[in-house]
Amino acid sequence: MVKLIYFAWVREKIGKDEEELDLPATVKTGADLIAHLTTLGEDYAAALEFPNAIRIAINMEHAEHDELIAGAREIGLFPPMTGG
Amino acid sequence: MVAPTIRVQREDFDGAAESALITSGRKDIGALTSFIGLCRDEQGRLDALELEHYPGMAETELMRIGTMAIERFNLLALTVIHRFGKIAAGEQIVLVIAASSHRQAAFDGANFVMDFLKTAAPFWKKEHGLDGTKGQWVAARDADDAARTRWIKE
Repeated sequence: MVKLIYFAWVREKIGKDEEELDLPATVKTGADLIAHLTTLGEDYAAALEFPNAIRIAINMEHAEHDELIAGAREIGLFPPMTGG
Repeated sequence: MVAPTIRVQREDFDGAAESALITSGRKDIGALTSFIGLCRDEQGRLDALELEHYPGMAETELMRIGTMAIERFNLLALTVIHRFGKIAAGEQIVLVIAASSHRQAAFDGANFVMDFLKTAAPFWKKEHGLDGTKGQWVAARDADDAARTRWIKE
């Protein structure tokens, strides 16, 4: 089980703040995770329609899409940041 | 090596008081730069911004960025405070105070922190219109990426 946590319009489009999921063994990278999530329903597909617009954090650290997610406790998915 | 003072909070902050906290009782600081980011009303269109953040990661990222700035510019002190929640037009959003022996490091340190904060600290802004509309998420700007990139090289 891994905890997924969503922010900003990714959160709004998916319709939930966070969830715990069992991921298939074929999901190895952040990019795999995004591709897998888009198969879970229309809301996911809409939120993750443009994978390049999605930022990934593994255990609260920024990660590239090709980074392995094995052993991650928490994965955050969110749009480019707009603080400051 | 000094550690940055980092706070992520809903409440407003007092920039002058934070500067005084840094300078009081010491005589080695020759320069202090204070930057405050405010919520613009966008020519009267905007009522407020809703600031969302990733609790835990926001603090960690600000600490990482602040530590990089202290090391790179030999800062004597650094304070970064970023608010979250609903922030009305005219209110303060973010405070960066950098202190050093000489002015260039203080200017550069504060600038560096803001450029990295904009693109790497997990905060997102949503607009609340004066006409009651609520919805538009602020889009990330390419200019912010470019501003960060100029620090990477040399």
